[in-house]
Amino acid sequence: MTPTAVVTGIGIAAPNGLGTDEYWRATVAGVNGIARISRFDPSQYPVQLAGEVRNFDPARYLPSRLLPQTDHMTRLALVASDWALADAKLNPAEQPEFGMGVVTASSCGGFEFGQRELENLWARGGQYVSAYQSFAWFYAVNTGQISIRHGMRGPSGVLVTDGAGGLDAVGHARRHIRRGIPVIVTGAADSSLCPWGLVAQLPCGRLSTVTEPDRAYLPFDARATGYVPGEGAAILVLEDAARARERGVAGYGEIAGYAATFDPSPRSGRPPALRRAIELALADAEVGPADIDVVFADGAGDRERDRIEADALCAVFGEAGVPVTVPKTMTGRLYSAAAALDLAAALLAIHHRVIPPTIHVSPAADYRLDLVTGTARSGQIDTVLIVARGHGGFNAAMVVRRHA
Amino acid sequence: MRRRIAITGIGVLAPGGLGTKAFWELLTSGTTATRRISLFDATPFRSQIAAECDFDPVAEGLSAQEIRRMDRAVQFGVVAARQCLADAGLSPGELPPERVGVSVGSAVGATMSLDQEYNVVSDSGRDWLVDHRYASPHLYDYFVPGSFAAEVAWLVGAEGPAAVVSAGCTSGLDAIGYACDLLREGTVDVMIAGATDAPISPITVACFDAIKATSPRNDDPEHASRPFDRTRDGFVLGEGAAMLVLEDLERARRRGAHIYAEIVGFASRCNAYHMTGLRPDGREMAEAIRVALDEARLAPTDVDYINAHGSGTKQNDRHETAAFKRSLGQHAYQVPVSSIKSMIGHSLGAIGAIEVAASALAIEHNVVPPTANLHEADPECDLDYVPLTAREQQVDVVLSVGSGFGGFQSAIVLADPEAKALS
Repeated sequence: MTPTAVVTGIGIAAPNGLGTDEYWRATVAGVNGIARISRFDPSQYPVQLAGEVRNFDPARYLPSRLLPQTDHMTRLALVASDWALADAKLNPAEQPEFGMGVVTASSCGGFEFGQRELENLWARGGQYVSAYQSFAWFYAVNTGQISIRHGMRGPSGVLVTDGAGGLDAVGHARRHIRRGIPVIVTGAADSSLCPWGLVAQLPCGRLSTVTEPDRAYLPFDARATGYVPGEGAAILVLEDAARARERGVAGYGEIAGYAATFDPSPRSGRPPALRRAIELALADAEVGPADIDVVFADGAGDRERDRIEADALCAVFGEAGVPVTVPKTMTGRLYSAAAALDLAAALLAIHHRVIPPTIHVSPAADYRLDLVTGTARSGQIDTVLIVARGHGGFNAAMVVRRHA
Repeated sequence: MRRRIAITGIGVLAPGGLGTKAFWELLTSGTTATRRISLFDATPFRSQIAAECDFDPVAEGLSAQEIRRMDRAVQFGVVAARQCLADAGLSPGELPPERVGVSVGSAVGATMSLDQEYNVVSDSGRDWLVDHRYASPHLYDYFVPGSFAAEVAWLVGAEGPAAVVSAGCTSGLDAIGYACDLLREGTVDVMIAGATDAPISPITVACFDAIKATSPRNDDPEHASRPFDRTRDGFVLGEGAAMLVLEDLERARRRGAHIYAEIVGFASRCNAYHMTGLRPDGREMAEAIRVALDEARLAPTDVDYINAHGSGTKQNDRHETAAFKRSLGQHAYQVPVSSIKSMIGHSLGAIGAIEVAASALAIEHNVVPPTANLHEADPECDLDYVPLTAREQQVDVVLSVGSGFGGFQSAIVLADPEAKALS
């Protein structure tokens, strides 16, 4: 029989909360983590807001030897993975030699580390480039560092699918669980809130240039102007349910369904593939639309892509057929970590029986969505759909449900 | 019944001659394509050599806008994808879009474009607050190399899952392994899978200089990549791409496609040891090999040829020699082992896919490519590394391995689908 994959541990470093408890309290209360960029002076740039992780002192959590060799986003990933393992009450040292693997997503690697070394290269010369540059910036660094930190010698993987990455990583992690690997640490971390990182994001043309934190990122609102970039990490411990039960851990919920699709070329005239990803994920979970208690939407924050997502949700669930929420209105879009964070929030929603709100948004009626705005909505929540998209056409959908 | 996976199309862009035919001729003649770097002025650097592709995007049919939009690595990937489709007898748009997926490996993404863009927006490193007004309109596509998969998906008309797999120097093997997972679970019927990297830029050369990983044999570049040789002194950077058409074996047979080889096993393991270091006992690579052979339902003695990682660093060569002995036992001493990096350098994430292409061609032609520049083996490397000259022999089963920064160890097994060992 194919093993069931359950999430038994969650570790979060988000703009509106460090650690799962702080993040969840803030998220249920609708606390906004978006503010003017503090890491550098953004005055000269058209985008000045971001969701920055505040009060994060890596030296408090990580050995000093790791600091010179890690980018900010890797430190977030390492700390979140420590927390996730602690939450799962899992001692890596007690696991079989090749029984734990790591699968993460990344969008841009360690961009701030990269900026420093590119500056060294161009301003001073090649001999000033750090000996750590060869791995500190690249996309695979978090998987490598997490595996080293915890002695995880099982299967590994790294996926780059922009904003869909968080779900794609967990979907791939589930494959390893299904073929008999007991534990996979998965999820994503991203941060590119250095000047070079911000400038590299601008040409996608979808960042909001609004400077008021409560008006900048308004998905499914007629006033939508784009999105606000964010940073953070959401790391999950995925485990074979039978083994988790043996050690007395129930877990937050089961990864019941997953699917990914890719949009056709803009020139093809073919319809977007998002709806198909949602339908395939539901089919994979063997549930129908009526079984879904809430949707954690992608919420791109621009009229065109909000329309595509609203149409897909209406096609599957009917008009206002299911509660929909976008808690990333409180954090900005965390690139590959965005969907991993939404997945974590969905599991916490099941656990605490409450749907966190979408803040600041007045839903435009023509989207025909039941958007959970203003305050959190309590109720029995057993099955949740998470939707994620990445620049260029990546779509992913995942169904999680309460583990019996 | 487990789904079987056939390689029905191969597209290779490698140093020393573009296209699969030129690639195989180079490998079997034992000729090296390593030379002094011509892509930029490398004289300030410790290592000034690389294996470069003589690539003209116009001649390869890319439009002016595609050339502007795509980093060199994407250009390689798209051209190789087009070649593998044609080789498989498929044309873009002929496949049902929902049943086709894309998996592209790349270790360092659009690093060449990022390097050049940074030089401009920072005014050669003068301004930390870089000037966005000088940025390319395509900078986001360099920033997130998911764009590599997007370009290939658009070319092919694929609307199944698309992803870039980026596990350092095992990216190419892992991207193909990922594609096999999607095919086996039935999500898709066809995958366009492979890898591309174009890392020959100042920042890459500088970062490998900093850890003395690359060869400084600047006065003798043709002989600089010397895997398993006693006098080796590091790897030689390369570039290139290989893309494959992978499809359900029954589907391939039904449409009468030419089948190069079947992919029968894949596994990856982490060494959890060091970001750039390797445990000398090769334990994790041996485990990846063991699991891949197990998945293939093959015994160690079934392996006819090992396409080695063979990067030409002392650490690697000893590590994988130990891994072969640990996983294959006595058979490790009988089976020929060679490294094509001796001829085409180490193109980071791309090389794994290029090596899978070489492995499929070894089965196709019953020829084992040699390890060039191997005159006197390191005494600690005591296997049959096929020095200098290609060898004609029956090749039914090939094991190809990769090892990368981050501790990644991957192994893939290819077989002739008609081979006795599989029946």
